[in-house]
This record gives sequence, C-alpha cells and structure tokens, in this order.
Amino acid sequence: MRSDRGSWGRVISGGLIFGAAAVFVSLVGMVEALGVRVIVIGVIDFGRLLLLLIGLGAGYQAARRGGGGALTALLRGLLAGAATGAGLAALLVLGSVVNLRGMFINASPALFEIISFGRGAAGVPLVVAAGAVVGVLGAAATLLPGTVRGPLGAGVTATIVIGLFQELLQIILQGEEGVRAAIRQLIFVPEGLPPRGALEVFVVVLVASALWRSRRPVVRSWISKRPPRTQRLLRLLGLLLAVAVVLVLPAAGGLFVSQVLVLVGLYTLMGLGLNLEVGFAGLLDLGFVAFFAIGAYTVGLLTSTGQYGVAHWSFWAAVPVALVVSLIAGFLFGLPILRIRGDYLAIATLGFGEIIRLLALSDALRPWFGGSQGILAVPKPNIGGFEFSGPMQIFYITLVSSAFIAFVAARLRDSRLGRAWMAMREDEDVAEAMGINLINVKLLAYGIGGAFAGMGGAIFAALLGSIFPHSFNLLISINVLALIIVGGMGSLPGVVVGSLFLVGLPELLREFSDFRFLVYGAALIIMMQVKPAGLWPAAAVRRELLKEEPVGAVTEGPVAERAEA
Amino acid sequence: MGILASQQLTKRFGGLIALSELDLDVAERSIHSIIGPNGAGKTTYFNCVTGFYRAEEGRTFFNTQPIDTLTPDKITQLGIARTYQNIRLFANMTCLENILVGMHPHLKSSWMGAILRTPATRQDEAQAHEEAIRLLQFVGQRGKGDYLARNLPYGEQRRLEVARALASRPKLLLLDEPTAGMNPRESMDTMAFIRRLRDELGITILLIEHNMRVVMGISEIITVLDFGQKIAEGTPDQVRNDPRVIEAYLGTRRGVAGVGA
Repeated sequence: MRSDRGSWGRVISGGLIFGAAAVFVSLVGMVEALGVRVIVIGVIDFGRLLLLLIGLGAGYQAARRGGGGALTALLRGLLAGAATGAGLAALLVLGSVVNLRGMFINASPALFEIISFGRGAAGVPLVVAAGAVVGVLGAAATLLPGTVRGPLGAGVTATIVIGLFQELLQIILQGEEGVRAAIRQLIFVPEGLPPRGALEVFVVVLVASALWRSRRPVVRSWISKRPPRTQRLLRLLGLLLAVAVVLVLPAAGGLFVSQVLVLVGLYTLMGLGLNLEVGFAGLLDLGFVAFFAIGAYTVGLLTSTGQYGVAHWSFWAAVPVALVVSLIAGFLFGLPILRIRGDYLAIATLGFGEIIRLLALSDALRPWFGGSQGILAVPKPNIGGFEFSGPMQIFYITLVSSAFIAFVAARLRDSRLGRAWMAMREDEDVAEAMGINLINVKLLAYGIGGAFAGMGGAIFAALLGSIFPHSFNLLISINVLALIIVGGMGSLPGVVVGSLFLVGLPELLREFSDFRFLVYGAALIIMMQVKPAGLWPAAAVRRELLKEEPVGAVTEGPVAERAEA
Repeated sequence: MGILASQQLTKRFGGLIALSELDLDVAERSIHSIIGPNGAGKTTYFNCVTGFYRAEEGRTFFNTQPIDTLTPDKITQLGIARTYQNIRLFANMTCLENILVGMHPHLKSSWMGAILRTPATRQDEAQAHEEAIRLLQFVGQRGKGDYLARNLPYGEQRRLEVARALASRPKLLLLDEPTAGMNPRESMDTMAFIRRLRDELGITILLIEHNMRVVMGISEIITVLDFGQKIAEGTPDQVRNDPRVIEAYLGTRRGVAGVGA
C-alpha cells in the first residue's frame, strides 16, 4: 500500500507542476495578452485555451503514468487536474489578500477575472472543480481507442486553428459572392467564429478524418495494385497539386501572408545552410548570421543606387557574386577553427558572428559600409520590366532559391562528400583514419553552408531595400539553430517544417511576439522530451524508428575497454 | 625490409615510455601477431603506424616509404587500414554508408560533380555501391545494408568494421583484438575469416590478440612486447617456449614463489 500511496503522491505533485506552469503563464501576462484573440465567440479565447490545455495536459500525463484500470486512470486525471486548479486557486487567494502588482505587473484585475470566472476569491472552489473536470477529460483522452481519438483530435485542432486565424481566413475568403463568400458566410460572422460555425467545422473535420481513417487502407491497396507507371503518374499528380497550392499562396493570402512566407523562406535558406554544417557535418556554429549579413551587404553594395553603391549592378548579377563571397567567407572563417572541437567551437563561432556585425557597424569602415546608417536604396529585382516589388513577388524568388538550395543540399548529402561529413560528425578521428582529409571537408562545410545563407541575405537585401547592421544580431543565429533542432537535425524537410513552426507561426500570432523566446524555450524542452529526433526526422533515423529492432540486437559494445597505454 | 618496418621507434607520454626503441618488420603476405600483457604498448604501436600518434624517435616505413610525418588520411591512402579494440563504427550511419566511407580515398567525385550529378560521378557511385554490397556479402552481412550500424549485434559490428577497413583496399590490415568478447566458436570463425583475407585477397595481416588459442593457431610470426620493449619474436613454437615470454606472462619463478609464500 505504501508504494500505492507514493504513486498517488506523484500524481498530485505532477498536477501541481502543471499548476505552477498555469500560474507562470498567467503572471508573465500570456493569458491576458492572448485573451485578446477570441477563438469561438462567447465561448473561449486563446488565453483561456492555454489554461485549458495545461489542465488537459495534467490529466493526460497523470493517466498515462502507471497502470490500473480505466477508473483509476480517470481518478488520477481528476486528482492531477484538481491539483492544477489548486495552483491557480492559490494565486487567486494570494491575489485577493496581497497586492501582487508591485512585483508582478501582469497580476491585474482582468487576469483574476479570467482565472476566477469573474467571481474573485469566491471562485476558488469553482477553479478547483473546473480543474478536476478538465483533468478527467484529459485522462479520458488516453482511454479512447485511436480510431476515436484521432478524428476527435483532428476536429478539435481544426476548430482551434480556424478560430485562431479567423481574421486572416476572412480576408482570404473576402468577396460578395461565389464559393469563397459562401464558405465565409457558412462558417464566420464578421466578428469571428460563432459557436455554430465552430460546431460545423468540428463535425465536418471529424467526419472527414474518420472517413479517411477507415478508407486509407483501401486507397493504399488500390494504389499499390496499379501498374508502376500509373503509380508514378499519381505521385507526380500529387506533387503538381502541392506545387500549385504553394504557387497560389501569396495571391490567395494577401500581403501579410506573403510577408510571413518570405520570412519563412529566408529562414529556410539559412536553416538549410546551418543544417549542412550542424546536421550533416556536426560542426556547431553560433555565428551563422555572419554569412547572411555578408550576402546582404554584397548585394547591397553592388546594386545600391544610393551613397554607398559601388557598381549599380542588377540583382541577378549580384547574387552569384554574393554566393561566391559568402563561400569564400566560409573558407576563411573555417581556417582558424579547424582544430577546435565541441563546445569550444560553439564559442569561437559565436565570436565570428559578432565580429562581422561590429565591423559593419564600426566607424572605421563607415565610408564603405555606412556604419549604423546602413546601406539604402537597394533596388528591387526585375526581369524584363516585371519588378519584384514586394513580398508577394519576392516570395517566388525565395521559393525557387529554396527549392534549388534544398536540391543541392540533397545531392551533397547523398554524395561522397556528404558521407564524409557524416562520418566526421560521428567520429572525427576514425573519419580521418578512413582517408578523409578533414581540412578540406570542414572548409567545404563552412563554405557551402555559408553560401546558402548568403543567398538568403541577398534576397533579404532586395526585400527590405536597405540594410542595417542591427538586423544581423545573435538572435538570428539562435533562431536558425532552434528551427533545425525542432525540425529534425540533418533533415531537409525538417528545415521547412521547423521554420514554419518557429518563424511562421509566431508571426501569424502577433500576440505571441512578447513571449517569443519563452515559447521557443518551452518548445525546445518539450521537443527534446517528446520527439528528440525532431518533427520530421532525417530519413535514416526515421527508417530505423519504424523498423522493428533486429533480433538479438545489442546496442552497446559489451567489452569493457581495457586500459592500454 | 618487409611491407611494414619500424626502426628504433620510441613513444613517450610524459614520463611513461610506451614504446622503447622498437624494431619490427612485417613480411608481405604474412599473418603477424603482436602479443603482450596489458599496457605493453601494442595499441600504441598501431596508433603510431596509422598516424594517430607521432613517435618521438625512430622511423616507420611502409613499402620502403617513410610514413612518420604523414597524417592519418594520407597513411590510409597509401594502403594501411585498421580496426579498433573498442569498436568505432559510425554508429548513426547505415552499414552500407559505413563501407562507402571506407571507400572514400579511391572515389573520385568532387562536390561540384555531386551537385551536377555528372555521368562520371554517377558511374563512380554505382560502382562504389556494387562493391560495398559485395563487401557486405563477403563478411556475411548480405541484406543488412540499410541497418544502422549501432543496431547490429556485437559480433556483426566487428565484422562490419573489417568490411569498412577492407573498403579502402588496403595492402596491410591492422586488427586490434578481432576476437575480443567472442565465444570459442565465433573466435574460430574469425580465425578462418582472417586466413581468407590473406589467402584470397593477398592482404598482409598484423594483429593484436589476447586469445592464445587464436594467436597460436593463426600466426606465422609472433612479436612479444612488454613495457614497450620487444622481448621475443619468432614462430608460435619458439615464442611459446621462450623463458622471457613465460616470465612476462606468469611472473618470475621467484615472483610466483613469493606470491605462494
């Protein structure tokens, strides 16, 4: 019985941890700030959803730990949820006794109103009870079979996503008549997503997801029974469809969506470069923004019609030069750090990023680089009279160059050089003993990775039309590193997925911007816990994860190393 | 002079003399073993030959060419390959990729060729894949090319390491305790396998081994090291009966008696 009591203690303490998380997001102001964004009118907003998700998480987590029957699991969820609610209730009580605002500026009456369901300190029992109910719901989710949980989850997720982005979707679906208007009027009212619309979305997605689940094996087997040529044709068709969707995105989404997409594209370019260094070759680089800056400055200097322009070239002529310059910068950058390994490499590269930024900013180089004033009047690219004047047009440049760079990266990965990089990542000494010239291979990794980022910088210069040193700060390097970790080290699709999640999503949810790095940190920790290989793991890793362990597999060398001089 | 020859080789780590004026000569197409107690300097010698360590004094020649000042990659390109005492595969790469990395020195494709996928590169890669698959079959791992190296059972990891070493088409293969951790039956298989390497591929074998049944069964010549010095050399029969070898392995007569008293 003792151990039993211990396990219940763990459930409660686990619930309290989630409660602490709820208190934390409340006190940093997230709940209130995100509360501005209503998801379903009169039902729930983003801030409350966050608290709800934390409660659900507490119940889910508690139910999954330890055995026992369904009832025990539900009871665990109840307890954990109540503990989470108790955390918030404690905040309520504390807030009604002492004035917390002296210390926590976000502990406002509005916050307490959200937490207490508008009842103040009298709402304490209600908060605990609500926590318990939510906890039971979270626990119940673990008990449902996959065939029910999957569609249900899809329905809820779709409703939340559509509610979150209702403003954007309404803009996309604007117009007086036609299909777009019909869809808009069916789901939305001008102010947002009403409960009726939410229900419609939920039911439609639920049914569609359930149908797809039951039909998927049939469709799969139908496809696998077609002759190979038809299969190829179908795959090509799917690909063309995907490309078509991507191509119409800027036109359909408007200026704001295009802006976000271009940003995602630029981060994808940098991510592909850093992925080559860190993911393929295992060379940690915290100064990666330097190459982005070098690409941007090269294009700026070569094309600008302003004070600092040196050549007045066209964008298209300047891009290859920018690529070569950042490639050479990569070689030069690699030279002094050839013999540095591991943690020290991170610190050395950190320095490089700062050096480039400070050089651009310095007064000594001001006559050439413009110092903090930057380089202005960088013209837009154009082809035969068509000007890539804004994000909606420049999107296509980023798209084409990302596709091209990803293609190059894929070819390199599957080549002799790619294998040498991976061998070096695994074991530098043995790689050298395999006949790999570490110096060449390392410099190529820095050079090619740098050139990829230089491409991004070149587009960045044209996009903004001006370049300032402060655009190239350390945070960009860290963003890029974070996105390849979240996407999956060494995985090319992972880079795109990572930048959509870590760059695109925060831009679309502007309320998040104050909490961006808080969310980054949390996302990274959760990733490492839940999906250490990333959202879209590299092919070899995924292949292994899906495959059953070979019979009698031994993962570690069983012989103790003998001491040998 | 044989295929590998070291003269007066000395390697120190601070005050410790790991190798002391070692003379060693490995005849071409022989199976030559180095034995000795723990800490005798056997692996240190391998590390000196392959360029991991640089000996303070003395010289080493491969095919009469001095290799003391070369980096490990250059030495491998000349035709020396090795395996490691504690297996050092590229754990997160597949078996096939491990072998392909081993082929690195004699593949020609450049990075530009790889991006453009020129006909020459394609042909090079296709041949490399074919050869890698042949090597996998040769070490009895047909069909395991897609497994990650770390997921192979221990014995197969050892064999994959040999396959990776063979991929560089070596003339001399250094094996560091190839039967470590194996049961008697696996050890016998490995012995037969090593003999095949020499007989079928004509590779000279230099191996470090603790298992005396293997050493005596396979070696044509044995060098015995103790405290970094060569204390004996000869055929298995000569070495087995050498008083200094018995002394190094079992202690002096007095020492043994001392323990008993």
